[in-house]
Amino acid sequence: MPKIETAEQVKRFQEHCKSALDRFPIVVSLCNGTACCAMGAKELAAAFEKELAGDESVKFIKSGCHGFCEVGPLVVVRPLDVVYQRVKPDDVPEIVDRSLRHNEVIDRLLYRFGDGGKVFAKEGEIPFYSNQSKVVLALNSLIDPYSIDDYLAYGGYSALARALEMTPDAVLKEITDANLRGRGGGGFDAGRKWNSCRTAAGERRHIVCNADEGDPGAFMDESILEGNPHSVIEGMVIGAWAIGGDDGFIYIRNEYPRALKAFGNALKQAREYGFLGENILSSGLDFDIKVSRGGGAFVCGESSALFRSLEGEVGEPRAKYVHSVERGYRDEPTNLNNVETWANVPHIINRGAEWFRSTGTKDSPGTKVFSLVGKVENTGLIEVPMGITLREIIFDIGGGIKGGKNFKAVQTGGPSGGCLPASSLDLPVDFDVLTRAGSMMGSGGMIVMDEETCVVDVAKYFTDFLIEESCGKCLPCREGLMHMSGILHRITEGKGKPEDLRRLVKLGDAVAAASLCGLGVSAPNPVLSSIRYFEDEYLAHINEHRCPGSVCSALISYHIDPAMCTGCGTCEKVCPVDAIKPVPDEERKDGLLREIDADVCEKCSACKEVCPEEAIVVESPAVTTEHYRENVTEMR
Amino acid sequence: MLAVQEKYNWLPSEALDYVSRRLNVRKPRIYHIATFYKVFSLAPRGKHILQLCMGTACHVRGAKLIADAMARQHGLQFGKTTDDGLFTLERVNCLGACAIGPILVVDGEYKGNMTTNRANAIIKRLKREETGGEGGNA
Repeated sequence: MPKIETAEQVKRFQEHCKSALDRFPIVVSLCNGTACCAMGAKELAAAFEKELAGDESVKFIKSGCHGFCEVGPLVVVRPLDVVYQRVKPDDVPEIVDRSLRHNEVIDRLLYRFGDGGKVFAKEGEIPFYSNQSKVVLALNSLIDPYSIDDYLAYGGYSALARALEMTPDAVLKEITDANLRGRGGGGFDAGRKWNSCRTAAGERRHIVCNADEGDPGAFMDESILEGNPHSVIEGMVIGAWAIGGDDGFIYIRNEYPRALKAFGNALKQAREYGFLGENILSSGLDFDIKVSRGGGAFVCGESSALFRSLEGEVGEPRAKYVHSVERGYRDEPTNLNNVETWANVPHIINRGAEWFRSTGTKDSPGTKVFSLVGKVENTGLIEVPMGITLREIIFDIGGGIKGGKNFKAVQTGGPSGGCLPASSLDLPVDFDVLTRAGSMMGSGGMIVMDEETCVVDVAKYFTDFLIEESCGKCLPCREGLMHMSGILHRITEGKGKPEDLRRLVKLGDAVAAASLCGLGVSAPNPVLSSIRYFEDEYLAHINEHRCPGSVCSALISYHIDPAMCTGCGTCEKVCPVDAIKPVPDEERKDGLLREIDADVCEKCSACKEVCPEEAIVVESPAVTTEHYRENVTEMR
Repeated sequence: MLAVQEKYNWLPSEALDYVSRRLNVRKPRIYHIATFYKVFSLAPRGKHILQLCMGTACHVRGAKLIADAMARQHGLQFGKTTDDGLFTLERVNCLGACAIGPILVVDGEYKGNMTTNRANAIIKRLKREETGGEGGNA
């Protein structure tokens, strides 16, 4: 393949790719995202490939994440425009025969909402999708991430061609006017950052993409890299042009082998086509991107730690009075943006700053990708305009809480963020509002918690996570978090003291005030925000030894509700410690009533998982078996 | 070092000596790095690698219960290899498949919507295969 050398050639080649695509009357797009793969997309792909072997009329795509992970594996058939969910390899021959050959919709594979609820066929009609506005994720279900031709067919690399015909100043102005803010968490103005890096003193300038998406519960960047890697490359090359970058790096976390593979392949193709390398599109720009793999260290998502890690050192952050735009990688000017930020750049160049600002809020324009997970009906990856309320995200797109339970809190911003209660549901989601509410946007993980989640337990979880991930350089972070964790553990074990809350707040303030990097500064957020909004839950643990979410194992006991138990004995079979015994003389439909011996029970929840009647109940504060037996009516 | 880790599944000290000589980097620095990053292991790992995701989303969906059950029933501890060298249980923070958590990765294969019972069954099956001779498949 000869290199593409001019903007004119880009256009011609795009048309060529488009007509190559148009030759296929039918497109089948199978979601090949991480979640769908875990649910069997691989076997499904094999089945499709077998069934479609030699068929010239169908283009079969193994695409990036479609987003609706909850009901995966997903298959979209176009132009019939129908979404099939939870598809199994056995369904494939029928799909090929009926939907592909005869244009029929297979009813049983369609998405249904609620019990026997409405049936949805088209992607645009499913509430999960229809309430979103996809920009960065728009191409995910349309293109094969391993094919640069697919990306080109949908206008890929137009923005690059266009940017290279503009002056770097004009490109920079467009990004500045768009008011694009960093999607990695900080929300820093990208235009300003680019400009500072461009004007910083130094011989060489580096363009870096942060793909060390360490926040547990977030997988936006992974899905962009897996689903549309070229958009990130295109954004970075445009950035290099505007900033005057000499070389590029992407730091991908080691836990994302699939993203690594997809991106590596995209880099190779971009080089072959001449979008990377020397004299890109005859502009005089020489630029290439190297991949660097992380090693499983959360703190390396922090800019200065990331640069140390890129250099092959230990990823410890340093004081922030030196800005990374001036002295980053190898102490040279470096511009670091995250995956989603880079992926937004081509869209801004293509459609203009004005267009970008037309969605979202005044101070946080554009869209944001969130991973909506936890105890919500429709988990998955979503892209919404900034300024949308939490309620719209959780209830309209997310379909509400799983199993009709009650909403308790939503955790945003990962370990650096906070828990927001029901009273915050109507807050518009943007960088500044969330920060004011005591949480933060973070990279976009959104974890929904229901009444069966314990906020103290979650705060403890995050604190322990951060202890593990703290690099240990600053004492307040290293030691302060240990002590906070100690107190939290005590509280969840029912040994909390009344003064514990005050202590936690004091410690938290000290950690935030006296740590160097963002990890330490924001580390107490999960604890402080949960005390702010859920003080009553802490007090229930401390004063009543009661865990309102029935999670903390020292404060709960398992029992079997005799009114619900049918006597099937499934629970008895799975109990690892033989805590479940039949109760003599209590004959039921299928056998004898069972009872859990609370003294023996290890609270592993195995019985609760298998009970077909949902007869296993969890009591908090913990009670003895005898107490439960005698007071079961009142306790119900 | 990542390549060494991938090849042997851990970092034998001989390999680190070699890395040190070849790259002309002193050993304390190599060990500093080897102990800082979670991906490196300085002890041999088991035949089967089990990675339990302890990300937030998996946590609220009960990953902790699974971890407790594996510890109690099979003596599997995070970061440890069982005495028979069969299993290593590792704790990972978010594998990016939160939507179907909790996730257990068994020798590189993702298994979603994990429960204590399913985890138990998987470990039992692997154990049976080992004791049931070469052809054992259950």
